[in-house]
Amino acid sequence: MSRAVVQLQNVDKVYGNGVVALRHLDLNVGEGEFLSLLGPSGCGKSTVLRLVAGLGEVSGGRIEWPGGNGRAGLPQGDIGFVFQEPTLMPWATVFKNVLLPLKLRGVAPDEAAGRVREAIAMVGLDGFERAYPRELSGGMKMRVSIARALVTHPRLLLLDEPFASLDEITRFKLDNDLLALWARQRWTVVFVTHSVYESVYLSTRIAVMTARPGRTASDVAIEAPAPRDEAFRTSTLYNDYCRLVSARLAEAIRS
Amino acid sequence: MSRGSPAMSSIRSVEPERAANSAGLRDVDTVPTARKLWRLDLGWAVRRALPPVAIGAAGLVAWELVVRLNQIPYYILPGPLLVLKTLVQDWGTLYPSLLVTLAITGAALLVATMAGVLIAILFTQSKLVELSLFPYAVILQVTPIVAIAPLIIIWVRNIPLALLICAWLVAFFPIVSNTTLGLNSADHNLLNLMQLYGASRRQIFWYLRLPSAMPYFLGGLRISGGLALIGAVVAEFVAGTGGAQSGLAYRILESGYTMQIPRMFAALLMITGSGIFIFLALTALSHMILRKWHESAVTREG
Repeated sequence: MSRAVVQLQNVDKVYGNGVVALRHLDLNVGEGEFLSLLGPSGCGKSTVLRLVAGLGEVSGGRIEWPGGNGRAGLPQGDIGFVFQEPTLMPWATVFKNVLLPLKLRGVAPDEAAGRVREAIAMVGLDGFERAYPRELSGGMKMRVSIARALVTHPRLLLLDEPFASLDEITRFKLDNDLLALWARQRWTVVFVTHSVYESVYLSTRIAVMTARPGRTASDVAIEAPAPRDEAFRTSTLYNDYCRLVSARLAEAIRS
Repeated sequence: MSRGSPAMSSIRSVEPERAANSAGLRDVDTVPTARKLWRLDLGWAVRRALPPVAIGAAGLVAWELVVRLNQIPYYILPGPLLVLKTLVQDWGTLYPSLLVTLAITGAALLVATMAGVLIAILFTQSKLVELSLFPYAVILQVTPIVAIAPLIIIWVRNIPLALLICAWLVAFFPIVSNTTLGLNSADHNLLNLMQLYGASRRQIFWYLRLPSAMPYFLGGLRISGGLALIGAVVAEFVAGTGGAQSGLAYRILESGYTMQIPRMFAALLMITGSGIFIFLALTALSHMILRKWHESAVTREG
């Protein structure tokens, strides 16, 4: 496997109300891979992402960044985060929403404007810079959210069930666009989902998690040709992987 | 906030589309039709205004008829036409008084806004400050202004200042409580996002908390506008000063003593009219600020 970007070793997470979200969780995220975290709802998938993003402290175990010392090896700006909801500022235009991370980091306005336009073009929203979020459809809002995550040129992209609330047609389209972007840019992606089908379609590797308290139960590498498209979605290979991953998920939930 | 980007595309607004029913294939692929999101629809305005105006007109006609048919003397109940005539005749006395009352109302609202927003910001800086001070804001709010106005007028020799303090006391609470609520209701995920990008407390305040609080603050302001007027009038009643610096409340008192009941009604009409004007002006302000993004200001068809 390629060099690890981040390693979670024996991580526990207990929330203030006593809920044990994670217990003895081990997870390696290799550079350039598209890793899906798959598990039943409430298994702590989102908690893993939040810990990796630094939005919470581990209760036990450690998170290592082999690229450097602690998070110094991967400054927070190198992480892009996409939430389950678009989480846009309703009072700001698409342009200003995408600009936010750069503005917070004090990037010069001229340079920032260019990068914002680039990110907006990347998700196919050129021409909508001056629109307000409420003027956009659900899928378009999600694209803005992705553009905002990409604008800092992150090395690690964390997505927390980003397309869960969208209809299937929109989701397929966004899946394809996300894959195309990933093929071009080769960031490392950690994608949280509860859909077997979505995870098989997108990932190079799937980490299957148990029910709460969550830990990784098994690991499935998806060895499928690189340009994935609708043909892959209807292939036997895809079907076989879906069956395999479903079985692993069922096992993980029982254990 | 930063400036918008210069050479943007010509598409300025896009077809408003409800997130839930948007089909994926239309996503991005369709060219949106440029359309004004907000426009003054005259036909719609007339249709909306017609029923209340009709009711009002019918009421006035009935009032005039009752007064005439029963030959009610003007010092018991003047008819609307007489009130209108008095308003025109006594404009020279009433108008300066209106200005006095409006000046106190405006000043009180301004001070209430500034103090209210500052206190709300103070509250959100620390839970301890909020816990320690909020009960006293409530006590000020629930104490009837009529009961403490005499004290304030005794303590503060300067009458306009005393009136200002009374009106301010009545007006500031909705702004404090609404703005505090607004500052605390910033989207939790957006807060997380800002933390992720290492935002400072100041950045979080300016870029997130303050804009989130805007609709709440404007709601409070609308309530406070009316309350400032009521506070000013009540305080004037208690103060009961004479002379050139008298507000409309004093004109009402004076008219009562001298049985000039039509003038009393005319002054009352001016107070009510001012209250309606203040409400409409603040509603328009709120609509102007929020129309681009807030649900309360969005007009949707269907």
